[in-house]
Formats: sequence, C-alpha cells, structure tokens
Amino acid sequence: MPTRIDRVACPEQDPLVRAHNFDEVCTGYTAEQAMLEASRCLHCKNPRCVGSCPVNINIPEFIGKAKEGDFAGAAEIIAKDSSLPAVCGRVCPQETQCEGSCILGIKGEPVAIGKLERFVADWTRENGISSAAKAEPNGHKVAVIGSGPAGLACASDLAKLGYDVTIFEALHKAGGVLQYGIPEFRLPKETVLKHEIDEVLRLGVKIETDVIAGRTITVDSLMDKEGFEAVFIGTGAGLPRFMGIPGENLNGVFSANEFLTRNNLMMAFREDYLTPIRAGRKAVVVGGGNVAMDAARTALRLGAETTIVYRRSEVELPARKEEVHHAKQEGIEFMMLTNPVEVLSDEKGWVRGVRCIRMELGEPDERGRRSPIPVEGSEFEVECDTVIMALGTSPNPLISRTTEGLDTNKRGCLVADESGATTRKGVFAGGDAVTGAATVILAMGAGRTAAKAIDEYINGPAATDAE
Amino acid sequence: MYRILSKDMLTPTICRMKVEAPRLAAAAKPGQFLIVRADEKGERIPLTISDYDAEEGTVTIVTQGIGASTLAINEMEPGESFADVAGPLGNPSDFCDMDAQELASQRYVFIAGGVGTAPVYPQVKWLHAHGIPVDVIIGARTKDLLIYTEEIGSVCDNLYLCTDDGSLGFHGVGTAQLEALVAEGKQYTRCVAIGPMIMMKFAVLTCKKLGIPAIVSLNTLMVDGTGMCGACRVTVGGKTRFACVEGPEFDGYEVDFDEAMRRQAQYKPEEAEAKEKHVCKIGRG
Repeated sequence: MPTRIDRVACPEQDPLVRAHNFDEVCTGYTAEQAMLEASRCLHCKNPRCVGSCPVNINIPEFIGKAKEGDFAGAAEIIAKDSSLPAVCGRVCPQETQCEGSCILGIKGEPVAIGKLERFVADWTRENGISSAAKAEPNGHKVAVIGSGPAGLACASDLAKLGYDVTIFEALHKAGGVLQYGIPEFRLPKETVLKHEIDEVLRLGVKIETDVIAGRTITVDSLMDKEGFEAVFIGTGAGLPRFMGIPGENLNGVFSANEFLTRNNLMMAFREDYLTPIRAGRKAVVVGGGNVAMDAARTALRLGAETTIVYRRSEVELPARKEEVHHAKQEGIEFMMLTNPVEVLSDEKGWVRGVRCIRMELGEPDERGRRSPIPVEGSEFEVECDTVIMALGTSPNPLISRTTEGLDTNKRGCLVADESGATTRKGVFAGGDAVTGAATVILAMGAGRTAAKAIDEYINGPAATDAE
Repeated sequence: MYRILSKDMLTPTICRMKVEAPRLAAAAKPGQFLIVRADEKGERIPLTISDYDAEEGTVTIVTQGIGASTLAINEMEPGESFADVAGPLGNPSDFCDMDAQELASQRYVFIAGGVGTAPVYPQVKWLHAHGIPVDVIIGARTKDLLIYTEEIGSVCDNLYLCTDDGSLGFHGVGTAQLEALVAEGKQYTRCVAIGPMIMMKFAVLTCKKLGIPAIVSLNTLMVDGTGMCGACRVTVGGKTRFACVEGPEFDGYEVDFDEAMRRQAQYKPEEAEAKEKHVCKIGRG
C-alpha cells in the first residue's frame, strides 16, 4: 500500500485577524499544493463524486489534469459542465455533494474537490486564459430576467449557440445573490465575481441594469414590443421572511437581506461609501443557514459581539460546514435549541434584547429532520441591540403577478417542468424562482437546462442534434 | 443614460431635475416612485416621480437636500448623469385601476406638504385629464417654501395655499384649511395626503373626524425598492406590509404612523455622521 498523504490544508487568514477585515478568509492553494492534493484522488472506476455533483462535472478527469499541472486542461473539463467554477468552488456545499461521497472520506478526509475547482478557476483568471469567444449570430433574440447564477448560466449557454441575449437586472450591479447576498470574505466581488460576469459579457451577452421586470418592463412587453422570442426568468428568491413575533418592527431589527445588501451591494463596510449600516454592540442573528452565518460574520466584522440563535441543534445547521467552522473560529457564539418568542423594546422603541425559549428535538418531520418543540417554562432573555432575521426567503411575486398565464404554486414559486418550461409558451424559468431558496450550483444547472430547452423551442430539436 | 437635462431650485433646499430615463418614463404611472443613485459610492435614494414624459423619455424628480446623499443629488448639474435611476417602483395610485363609473363618482381633495407637493402633481394632472373634480391644498411654513403652485394650479379645479406664518393664503396648516372647506359645504369622497409623516398622521386624523376616506403615500426607508430588504415595513391594519411593493399608498386610517416615524429615524446617527463628512468634503473644495 502506498503511504496516504493527509488532505492538504488550504491557507487561511488567521481568525483573529480576519474577524476585523472583509478580505477573503481562504487564500487558496499554491500550484504545488493543488498538485499534491490532486494526487490524493484514487480515480475510482465508478466515481461517486460525479453522481453527487448537481451538474455532474467530470471530477476525476479534471483532478487528473491538475495533478499533472495541466490547469488549463483541467479548466476545460470543468467548463463542459459548469459556467461559474470560481464561484461554486467557493460556495457549494461540497460536504453534502462531491466530497460527501468521496471514498477517501470513509476512513479519512475526502479529496478537497471544492478547493481544487477553485484553484483551477482562479489560475485561469490570473493567467488571463479565457475560453469566451463570440459565436456566429443565429438571428434570434432571447431575454433573461435576473443576473444571478441561473440567469448568467442560461445567458452564456445561449450566447455560445449564437443567440442575441440581453439580461435584465433590477439592481444596479449584476450578479444577483452573488453580488448582494454573499459577502466579500467568501466571494471577492472585484476579482472573482466581476471576472465571471465579464466572461459572460465577452460572449456578447448584454446586461441592462436598473430594469425591474414587472415594473419597468413586463414579460409581455419584451415578447410583443421588443421582439424577444423567448424569456428566461431567473429572479431567485428575494423576499425575506420574518417570524411574526411581537417586537419585530422595532428599530434595530433587520432582515439578513437588508443587512447583507447594505454591506455587500452597497459597500457599507467601506468608509468611502455613503451607505449606513448598524450592527450594534451586541447582535443576535436568528437562523442556521449560510445567510445566517454570512450575516453573523458580517456583524462581527463591523464590531458587534455576535450570537447565532437556532431552533434545532448543531447537527441540523443547514449552513456549509466550513462556514460554521469559520464562524466559530472567529468568535461567534452559537446558541442552539433556542427560538426567539419576542423582541424586547427599550423606552424609545429600539431593541434591548430578545426573549427566547429553549427547544428540544421531537420526531423527524417529512424531510427527516427532527422538529423542534418548545420546552415549557424555559424562557429567558438575551441582551442585544441588533437583531438580524435570517429565516429564509421566498420568490418575488412581481413577475408572476404581471404576467398572464404564468402559474405559481402555493409557496409562490413559478411552476416549471424539468426542462424549465413554465405554463406560458416561450417563457422558461429556473433556480430559486422555481425551487425556492436553494444553492448556486442548482440554479446554475437549471439555467443551463433551460438554455437547451429554449434552443429547442426556437430552433427545434433537429437543429440541436445536427450540431 | 440618466443624463440631467435641466435643473432649477424651487426653494434654497428643494431642487427639481428633468432626467433622461426612457424605459422608466414609458412605464411610469401616477403614485409610483423611483430610486436614484447619484454616483458609484452613493446610496439608493427613493424619490417620488414628479412628472414623466414617455415620448421625450424623461422623468422629473424633486429632491430636498437633507442628508449626504440627497445633498449629493442636488449638487449634480445639467449635462452630468446619475449612476442609476431605477423604476417605476410601487403600485400606481388606486384611481388608475378604478372603472369609469367609480371614477366618475369621485371628488378628490389633496393635502400636500413640503417636498411631498411634487408627486401630487402627476396625480392631479391625471385626474384632471380624466375629468374628475380635484381640489388641492398646498401647505408650507412660509410663502417662499411653497412649491409647484403654478403647475398644480393649472390642472386642478381649486387651489388653496396655506402658510403656518400667514405670509400667503390661509393662515394655518392644510388640515385646518380642509376643515374650513368642509364647513363651507365642500364635499369630498377621497382625500390624498402626501408630505412629512407627521403631516400625514394629522391629515388622517382630520379626515377621520370629517368622515372622508384618506390615502397616504409613505416615504419609508428602503434599500432596493423591489421587496428584497424589508427596511420599508410598516404596520397597516395590524399587519406588516412592505411599502415598496405593497404601497407606497395605503389606507391612511389603518397606518401605524408612530411606528412609521420611529422606523424612519432608524439610521439618524449614521446619517448625521455621513452628512458631517459630506459637508467637510465640500468645505475642502
């Protein structure tokens, strides 16, 4: 038996230092580290990682190239299935996908597939290698609504087939949740995200910002007046949920969306931007997902002593493992099996604390997660001056309300079939707008599937087969 | 895009600008608002749409320079461009969706205060164009602060000006003028009040007393204006509503104004600090 080497640790900023800055936590492998880590892959005959990847990237093959130092070759293999590798390498929940099914993980640590994907993508960017080239125009116009992962992926694939694609974005910067939601310390905007968007632009895709579908334009106006033959809706899930408990409208209670948008899109953390933000002295973040981790770690960096309050236990935290680990390292307190029942007010209507109740876990629910049950008489107060609600989001109804014949389900999600076709002819959808809040990679995958369906809708299946 | 075509100061602090925004102008309706970002580092500032011209592809905004961001907007000059002008946002005024019969039965009165006078103009203009009787009461502290009197005067049936100091028109606040008009025998089916929160609160109290249904347009805090942030949440009829997508107009009788006013002041300390910095920057030239 050859000697096994341990998983190569990826360099990170010291927790005590990074708790005070917004620079990226993980600084990424060097080429040598990447090659060494790549050498750990067993190249299984029947690679389970590929099946666990939502877009089925040929993982052993790209890792094989990386092992040889052929990073450009590795990038080409990834590009066959993913259009946002630098993003997905950073934000995918690898532990429940590719790395979660890696054979090496049974007895030891799985191959660091995410970190390798990220390295390959960063390497191509840093070495100025772009695979983006304008395709021969095919004379057909397609509109994409929303410039998040679903929209960007759909637009790139269509542009590569020669479509004249325009993305309409409601905010002033493209990227959707990658721009307004995920913080700089997990996904650097000026380097990583901007590059991914520039690549899409290089394919000839146009992006119009400040256009709110359902208000500035409608699906009908795009199709009837502007000559778009098909529309893809990738508007995500942007409406924040609140708990519906007393005191939620007190001053100092924010949705994670507001808090993160102020900081990420509106750059409140930078002195030279005018955006106000308020993390307070002591912040309580309610929720256990990636958004809760992002909000808590942002509040911490803005100077607040921060506690995460979550109604289930640590095992059930839906956030990426790495984020939970990083948050703990940085000094965020985790108060598990706890649920707020009231936000408490000072005499002027500002938050002075949260009344919480202890929870215990009962029987598993339909999704197999044990449901939390309040422990009677266990109420207690947590002192704080800021409360951030990170309880999940639902799709924005602006488009469905203004588009005749576009059905939604009872959760407000657009109804679409496997190909992304909605109940309205020529209108396709994918990502969180269809599934409700999920992951970047699923949205990207849905965007690509819809691009294929749109091509078949416009050109017919024969045209695709002939290529 | 978003080039400023003209600019005039309506008072020493209130500025009017006509801005190129073709998509927005083509879609705008009375009662809606937009969001302006002066430059790359500016805030997204929600402003009501004071006029729009689809053919010309322009919208008119009226801004009062209060904080760093509104001061920055007012310092822009014709020929320069805003970084962003996004909209229209919010729902159009309810009369836009009324059927002809319902509309024909209406007799409107508007109470406008301060910079809130400007967005009254497109509403009154629309109603006037549809042959609906409209009276307008415009109030200000003193006569030099009254704005849009000529514009609104040209599209309403009766215009009543009020000043707190009696320097022009009725000596007193707009609500007192409304009470006087009703006492004279004027009848209204609907009152629309737009102005500072405190003014709208009192306008609603007066309307309740007089038995006139009241509509208010809430100028809450906002970041995106599309339903994403929830900074604009207000309690209306005991329920939390988002002013950006469910408003900005609400049944005034149902609005919790005390909460709305408290929430509006949420970033006061941060804003004061930003303004300090802004003024220092100007001072340095």
